[in-house]
Amino acid sequence: MSLLQLSGVTRRFGGLLAVDAVDLAVEPGGVTAVIGPNGAGKTTLFHMISGFQTPNDGRVLFDGTDITGLPPERIAAHGLIRTFQLVQLFRDLTAVENVKVGCHLQTQGGVLTALVRPRSARQSEAQVEATARELLDFVGLADCAGLAAGTLTYGHQRLLEIARALAARPKLLLLDEPAAGLNAQETELLAATIRRIVARGTTVLLIEHDMTLVMSIADKVMVLDFGKKIAEGTPRSVRDDPAVIAAYLGTAEAARA
Amino acid sequence: MPTSRSIISPERLGALAGALPWIVALAILGYAFVAGGYLVTVMSFALIYAVFVIGLNLFMGYAGQVTFGHNAFAALGGYTSAVLTSTAYGWPPIGAFAAGMALALAVALVIGYPTLRLKGHYLAMATLAIGLIAYEIAVQWQAVTGGYMGISGIPPIGIGGFDILSDRGQLAFLAIVVALATWSAIRLRGSRFGRALAAIAGSEDAARALGIDVARYKLVAFLVSAAYASLAGTLFVHVVGFVSPEVFGLHMVVLAFTMLYVGGIGTAAGPFVGAVIVSLLPETFRALKDYQDLAYGAGLILLLIFAPKGLAALGELIPRRKVGSKAP
Repeated sequence: MSLLQLSGVTRRFGGLLAVDAVDLAVEPGGVTAVIGPNGAGKTTLFHMISGFQTPNDGRVLFDGTDITGLPPERIAAHGLIRTFQLVQLFRDLTAVENVKVGCHLQTQGGVLTALVRPRSARQSEAQVEATARELLDFVGLADCAGLAAGTLTYGHQRLLEIARALAARPKLLLLDEPAAGLNAQETELLAATIRRIVARGTTVLLIEHDMTLVMSIADKVMVLDFGKKIAEGTPRSVRDDPAVIAAYLGTAEAARA
Repeated sequence: MPTSRSIISPERLGALAGALPWIVALAILGYAFVAGGYLVTVMSFALIYAVFVIGLNLFMGYAGQVTFGHNAFAALGGYTSAVLTSTAYGWPPIGAFAAGMALALAVALVIGYPTLRLKGHYLAMATLAIGLIAYEIAVQWQAVTGGYMGISGIPPIGIGGFDILSDRGQLAFLAIVVALATWSAIRLRGSRFGRALAAIAGSEDAARALGIDVARYKLVAFLVSAAYASLAGTLFVHVVGFVSPEVFGLHMVVLAFTMLYVGGIGTAAGPFVGAVIVSLLPETFRALKDYQDLAYGAGLILLLIFAPKGLAALGELIPRRKVGSKAP
């Protein structure tokens, strides 16, 4: 059974058909990438999967549950965690506190627990602290634990956002253009990190512009253009698909250059 | 490391600088207790406001929301205490306090549920309306509130058979209440609940994407801060022995905001420090007679320019410079 199954997902903005009856199946394990030129509807598709926008039509099944139109926090609770195209960190909080927030779904307790602070809450807090430090270490940010998130370099902020998402122990991690704004070196580090995330057993679905990143880590690629799926397959088959080349570069001539 | 050889390590200096706002505010409070007289009255007001501002800080500082209407919840707590402990009903203060708190929370729930779906300026306007409506009710519902004349002869705070009658006794009691209120706010901030509020203040989208039910957490933060406001209202009517609509008017909101920003919004010490300092400012500038208001205003502006995070964050600026200058 597919981990994520989209069938006929459609989103209209006024007269514009941003996403047009897209089908997609994400199998457990590995990296699936959604690529496409600017304005192809990639981000809208991601918003609909993660609950930030509601599809006008179609169904989103995640892990056997219909999550179509659920609010983002409910979808997150099912184990589908996303990052953002423009990094959305809690800038005033330290790096380690950011990751601790990611543990929200793994822990319990409200106002009363906070005031009484029973043994179970203290143990859970210690666990949260340990998890947060371990994940910072995992993405290579152990030295930045005490720094305010807003003061980190952009590359580090990307990695911190991923560490925070991992703290929620996602079954499926959605990365929205994780390489945007990164230099080649940072992108290579990101690719290595994503590979290690997959090795831990987390399935990754990403939107990406950066073709080198997609070609190096994706197991399966779907190409969107003007809201429609125009190709799907392995990175190699997609790269050689004339329709994809036309969508990206206009002519096959330019692609060979 | 050369820095570790010096007498005061940077860590210690940092801790000291962080404690400085506490120390200064506590010293003023201690002095008032010893000196007695008018200063005790000023400090009693300061501590009552501190409770109110601690609640405000939870909602505005920790959760990053806006409210201009929390005076309504102080009014609910205050008037309920005043009415129920008056001779007509004769409730004990603690019972009236609980009733006022329950009423304030119920109203906060009814009001907060729809209004907290609004954002930014809209939420600010909606809460401002709540405060104004509460004021109008206090003025118009004469049978219960006494209208503009208010209610007088409210008994002092008492638990069991013991009434706290002396000014100093009241000050000591209020100090304990503020200590407990501060302690609980620190505990709330340092918990899963507090982290969720800080996340909402940072980015609502990111908070939701991590599974935080933003609407619910905002509502709970609104309720908790309303509870602090209600407690402050109850304390006020018992300490002063009188209540009128003006007590919980818009003036209360303006003064509480000043305390929150002067003390340091989002900090643990801010509400207490801000309440003590801002309460003293008019007294300090009184010697300037005609220029009193001008000096008060200028003082506030200078403070917000040079210490935008408030007095509680002043300490954070000092150690960094010292560490820098000591570094080889």
